[in-house]
Amino acid sequence: MNFDDTPQEAAFRETARKWIEANAPKELHGELSKSSLGRIRLANHDIVDVGKAWQKKKFEGNWACLHWPKEYGGRGASPIEKVIWQQEEGVYGKLTQPFQIGEGMCGPTVMAFGSEAAKRRYLPKLASGEEIWCQLFSEPSAGSDVAGLRTRAEKKGDNWVVNGQKIWTSGAHYSDYGLLIARTDPNVPKHKGLTMFFLDMKSPGVEVRPIKQANGMQEFNEVYFTDVVIPDHQRLGAVGDGWNVSLTTLMNERMSIGARLATGVPEMFEFCSSLMLDEGLAIDDPAVRSKLASWAAKSNGLKYTSYRTISALSKGERPGPENSIGKLVSGMMLQDIATYAMDLQGAAGVLTGNDEEAAQGQFQQMLLSSPSMRIAGGTDEILRNIIAERVLGLPGDIRVDKDVPYNKIPTKGR
Amino acid sequence: MNFDFSDDQKQLRDQARKFLAEKCSPKAVRVVLDGKAPYDKELWKGLAEMGFLGVAIPEEFGGAGAGHLELCVIAEEMGRANAPVPFSSTVYLAAEALLIAGSDAQKKKWLPSIASGEAIGTLALFEGKGNPAPKNVKLTAANGVLNGVKKPVADGAIADFAVVAARTGSSGREADISLFLVDLKAGGVEVKSLTNLDPTRGQAEITFKDAKAEPLGAAGEGWSILTEVLDRAAVLCAFEQVGGADRALEMGRDYALDRIAFGRQIGSFQAVKHMLADMYVSATLARSNSYYGAWALSTNAAELPEAAAAARISATQAFQHCAKNNIQVHGGMGFTWEFDCHMYYRRANAMALGLGSLTYWEDQLIDRMRKKNAA
Repeated sequence: MNFDDTPQEAAFRETARKWIEANAPKELHGELSKSSLGRIRLANHDIVDVGKAWQKKKFEGNWACLHWPKEYGGRGASPIEKVIWQQEEGVYGKLTQPFQIGEGMCGPTVMAFGSEAAKRRYLPKLASGEEIWCQLFSEPSAGSDVAGLRTRAEKKGDNWVVNGQKIWTSGAHYSDYGLLIARTDPNVPKHKGLTMFFLDMKSPGVEVRPIKQANGMQEFNEVYFTDVVIPDHQRLGAVGDGWNVSLTTLMNERMSIGARLATGVPEMFEFCSSLMLDEGLAIDDPAVRSKLASWAAKSNGLKYTSYRTISALSKGERPGPENSIGKLVSGMMLQDIATYAMDLQGAAGVLTGNDEEAAQGQFQQMLLSSPSMRIAGGTDEILRNIIAERVLGLPGDIRVDKDVPYNKIPTKGR
Repeated sequence: MNFDFSDDQKQLRDQARKFLAEKCSPKAVRVVLDGKAPYDKELWKGLAEMGFLGVAIPEEFGGAGAGHLELCVIAEEMGRANAPVPFSSTVYLAAEALLIAGSDAQKKKWLPSIASGEAIGTLALFEGKGNPAPKNVKLTAANGVLNGVKKPVADGAIADFAVVAARTGSSGREADISLFLVDLKAGGVEVKSLTNLDPTRGQAEITFKDAKAEPLGAAGEGWSILTEVLDRAAVLCAFEQVGGADRALEMGRDYALDRIAFGRQIGSFQAVKHMLADMYVSATLARSNSYYGAWALSTNAAELPEAAAAARISATQAFQHCAKNNIQVHGGMGFTWEFDCHMYYRRANAMALGLGSLTYWEDQLIDRMRKKNAA
């Protein structure tokens, strides 16, 4: 049991550190450091512009998507080397936000199921940040039950014609390509009639509409498809095998979403250390200490769980579905912490302004944003099902629609 | 980075698990639970023969000299098996106190007989309600004798010797406290068994009336030694708690697979699945915190105080959570004496108090994090 790098790992770390030291956009360091709880605040820059610049530089230095094979724009690095890179990249890693879906989900799917020509054409440009990808899975009536999706793709000659609607698509408004799962056969049970494609987001008939979220921000989109033509060579995997292909994507989603988790604990500790209550500092109050200690222990537990995962990677083992606990624990914790931080502010806790004296409204913003942490990328309930079924070996739920042709499944309003 | 136990340590774990499965079945635990024996003497002898009692005691003092990571591995298995023996009192508390503060003569006197299973030791710290604090130590030491009452003392009724916290000053500071070694079989010591939550681990009241005692460590350093002993024991107990939590989770999982209601396995209902998934989450967080504690313990790292407190909190919560919900998964059968669920429920809640309550350790964690942040 030790935390030291092997000599090779140490050498790799040194090389990465030197390169970052020489190349990182240091002028952004301050603002990026202050961007907490997954929110990036840059006063004079657009995250996509500065993100693309950093990604391009990394690509030229051979550090982009470094765990990918060299011929597709990567470095052929091991999983543990990728972790070391992320540790060294530190706050600059926040600049990779626009590319995370491409790197974490779309790229690996193209890598696993795309033709050689497609891999050579698309993956290097994805890695360099020149082309941004988004993921088009969820629909208004297919969230947790994503296999119940309705968007249709019909074969017309060598092409497919797509009609339907997707939702919760992060970054669709600035994406160049999208990974799309659609129904190609409604006459078979729902999991069997799906096919995976990728498409040019600038294709005629694609319309992106931003969604105004409950927290007042606009990060997600609806994407509408009206007679959108996709050539058959942009199909990934066999016709009707889309569900299996999507499992690759979703497995990678869980891995990449869990990689940089905010728990709210450092912010809460700092807040309680300076907040004056009627009786003195919040951190001297027994009730506050008790809650804070429980959260800190949980947050440490998550950190050391990820260390155990890294150790497994380091030995060449593949981490399993136990990774699901990261988002499950941190999502609920963020919400609880935000609620309690506001409780400590008393009546003034209702105020959300950036210029408010207590914590500049950051916990209020966290309160409003945290519900999405418990839903996006697998709801708390889906994650518990995954743990129960794949880790503990409990039986799956009874599925009344499992062997029923998709078009015979009872629907309401569909 | 290698944040895992070595292959040799994992082999030791398998060996301990196999041994305990044979020698410490629930049936054997029930002999002590039902009050037919104060502890499992055969098992204690077997643990000595396997070298488990002295695994972290250096060879020169009769131990195996393996180390604390090895002891953590065994502790986890002891917790899994709910072993009815004075392991934590003797090995985590008494032996650790001797290793930290004992003179060569004291170590030579007690450590070999701990390793061989001949001597049972314990720590006599508490005096009625309250958490570890210098002000709660009223028992006095003067002129080589102790006067006062300690309770509860874990395994006090079967212990041969005790490390006793005593008041040697009245300045109101930590330096008022010193530690002493007392042979409990000598004169001036009265021992009374007390009923408690977990009959598989006895509790006692010990009255000292001019009982002869020799100092353990320097006068006035008792509290700092004790703090270190409690931190080390917190990590080791955390492994027992993790073992117990895992076992309770397994019992619940197995029952959920086996039990049929409404025409299906109850483990196919989401209400049950999600309860078990949450148990898995707390057990996993506790395990990871305990691994960090094990690293800090085995390397004497400066991070030990913070790591120990976090491991203690996480493991206490996980064992309580898993033991409680294991009963819930079992339904009515879980509330019978016949089913083993209550043994883990009792152990979980007794262990939550033994080294000081959850609130105490939460307090400690915050203090220690503040100290680190200030540094």
